[in-house]
Amino acid sequence: MATGLKSARTASRKADSKNLPRKLLAPALIFSITLTQIPFLVTIYFSLMQWNLLKPQDKAFAGVDNYIYVFKTGDLLPAVIATVGLTAFSVISSLLVGLFFAVLLDRKFTGQSIARTLVITPFLIMPAASALIWKYSMFDTNIGVINFVVQKLGFSAIGWSTQYPYLSVIILLTWQFAPFMMLILLSGLQSQSSEVLEAASVDRAGVWRTFAFITLPHLRQYIEIAILLGTIMLLQAFDPIAIMTKGTGGTKTLAYLLYERAFVGMNVGQAAAYGVVTVILTIVVATISLRSLFKVFISGVSK
Amino acid sequence: MRTTKGKLITGITWLIAVTYFFPVLWMFINSFKTENDAASLTPKFIFTPTLEGFSRLIDRGMGNYLTNSLMASLISTALVLLLAVPAAYALSIRPVVKVQDALFFFISTRFMPAAASILPLFIIFKTLHVLDNIFALSLVYSAMNLPIAIWMMRSFLSEVPMEIIEASRIDGADFETELWSVVLPIVLPGIAAVALICFIFSWNEYFFSVLLTSANAKTTPPFLASFVDGRGQFLAVLSAASTVAALPVILAGWFAQKQLVRGLAMGAVK
Repeated sequence: MATGLKSARTASRKADSKNLPRKLLAPALIFSITLTQIPFLVTIYFSLMQWNLLKPQDKAFAGVDNYIYVFKTGDLLPAVIATVGLTAFSVISSLLVGLFFAVLLDRKFTGQSIARTLVITPFLIMPAASALIWKYSMFDTNIGVINFVVQKLGFSAIGWSTQYPYLSVIILLTWQFAPFMMLILLSGLQSQSSEVLEAASVDRAGVWRTFAFITLPHLRQYIEIAILLGTIMLLQAFDPIAIMTKGTGGTKTLAYLLYERAFVGMNVGQAAAYGVVTVILTIVVATISLRSLFKVFISGVSK
Repeated sequence: MRTTKGKLITGITWLIAVTYFFPVLWMFINSFKTENDAASLTPKFIFTPTLEGFSRLIDRGMGNYLTNSLMASLISTALVLLLAVPAAYALSIRPVVKVQDALFFFISTRFMPAAASILPLFIIFKTLHVLDNIFALSLVYSAMNLPIAIWMMRSFLSEVPMEIIEASRIDGADFETELWSVVLPIVLPGIAAVALICFIFSWNEYFFSVLLTSANAKTTPPFLASFVDGRGQFLAVLSAASTVAALPVILAGWFAQKQLVRGLAMGAVK
C-alpha cells in the first residue's frame, strides 16, 4: 500500500517534470499568439471586406476585389524594390563603415575607449531624434552644417532630403547602424589568436596580406551575424522615412506604404489586403534568412 | 619612423571618431542656444548659453511624455522577462520536444512587418476602448520584444554548465530551487542584458506610439516630431528635447557596452 502510494507519487512527479517544460513555455506562446497571430487573422478577414472608415455604412463582403486592386494599382512592386534596395544598401554600407571603424579602434592608442564610446553613440540615440536632428541640423538647405561645409568648398547648397531622399535615408541608416556592425566585428577581431598574428608578422606577411588572408576569413562568421541581425533591424526601418522623406524619391518601403494605405487612405479593406500580401512576401524572405539564422546560432550552441 | 606613423593613425582615428560623433555633439550644443543662435547660417560655436530651450520643454509638458515612456518601457520589460525566462528555460535546460519549432515560431513573429498588424490592432484596441492606453501600448511592446528576449535568454541559459544543475538535482533540489538558487544567480548578467535591450527598444519605439496613442499615453519619440513647425524656428527646442529623450539610453549604453554587445548579438558573440 505504502509502496503503491510512493510509486504513484513518483509517477505523478515524473509526469509533472515531463509537463513542466510545456507549462514553462505556454504563457509566452499564448501571449505571442494572441498579440501577433490573432491580429493577422483579423487582417485576412478585413482584406475580404469592402470597408472605408470614411463611409462606414457601406460595409460589405468584397471577395478578392481588394487583392485585385492591390495588384492593379502597381505600387507594390516599387515598394518591394525600395525595401530591398534601401535595406541592402544600408546593410552593406554600414557593414563597410563598421569594419573600417572596427579595424581602426582595435588598435591600442591613447583614449581608445573614449573614441570607441563616441563612435557607438549614434546607435544608442533614439531613431526619431536622429532623423529629426539630421533633417533639420545637418541636411537643412539653410542652416544645415553639411551644406555649410559644402558651400565653403565652393559648391551650392544641396537639398539633401528633398533632392536626394534615397541617399539621405541610406546615410542616416548607415550612421545609426555602422556602430552596431562595429561592435560585433570588434569582438571578432579581439577573439583572433595573437599567436597566429605574431607568426604572420614573423613571416613578414605585411599588414594587407595578414588582413586579407588571416583576419577576414576569421571574421567571416561575425560578418554573417552582423549582416543577419542588421537585415532584421533595417528591414523594418520606419522612423527615418516617416520623418525625413515621407516616402518620396523611391523611399516608399513596404512599411511606409502600409502605413500610408491604412492611416491616410482610411480604406480598411484595401490596407488589409496590402498587409496580407506584405506578410506573404515577408515569409519568403524570412524563411531564407531564418535558415541561415539557425545555421549561425543554433548549430553553434548545440554542437 | 614607426611612432610617427602610429601617431598619425591615432590622430586620424580621433578626427574620424569626433566627426562621426559630431551630429550628437551638435544636438547637445544647439540645445543650449536661443532659437536665433541655432538658426544662424554660419554654425555658431561661441554663444551665450541659455536654458531657455529646456524650460520650454517643461512648459510643453515633456514630463508627461517621459513618464509615459518610462512606464511603457518598464512594464513591457518586466512582462517580457516574466514570459521569456521560463520560455527560454523550456528551450534549453528543460527542453520541450519541439525546441526548433518553438524557436522558429517566436523569431518569425519578429519578421512580421509591424505595419501589417497595425490596422487590426488599431481597430481591436478601439473596440476594446484601450486606444491611447499606456498598458495596452506596453502589451504591444512586450509582443515586439518577446522573440528577441527568448532567443537571447536561451543562449545565456545554454551556457549554464549542466554538471552544476545535475549536481543540484542529485542533492534533491526541486524545480524551484534549481531555478532560483542555482540557475538564476549564474545568468543574472544575462538577464540584465536582456532587460537593458528590451528597455532601449521600447523607449525608442516610434511607430506604434504614433498610431495607437494620442493625448494620454503618447510617449517621447512622437512628441519630438511635434516640435517641427512649418513657420517658426524650432531647432534649439528640438535639440533640447532630443537631448533629454536620448540621454538615458546613451548613458546606459556607455556604461553597459559589454552586455549590450552580447545581448544584441543574441549570445552568438562572446
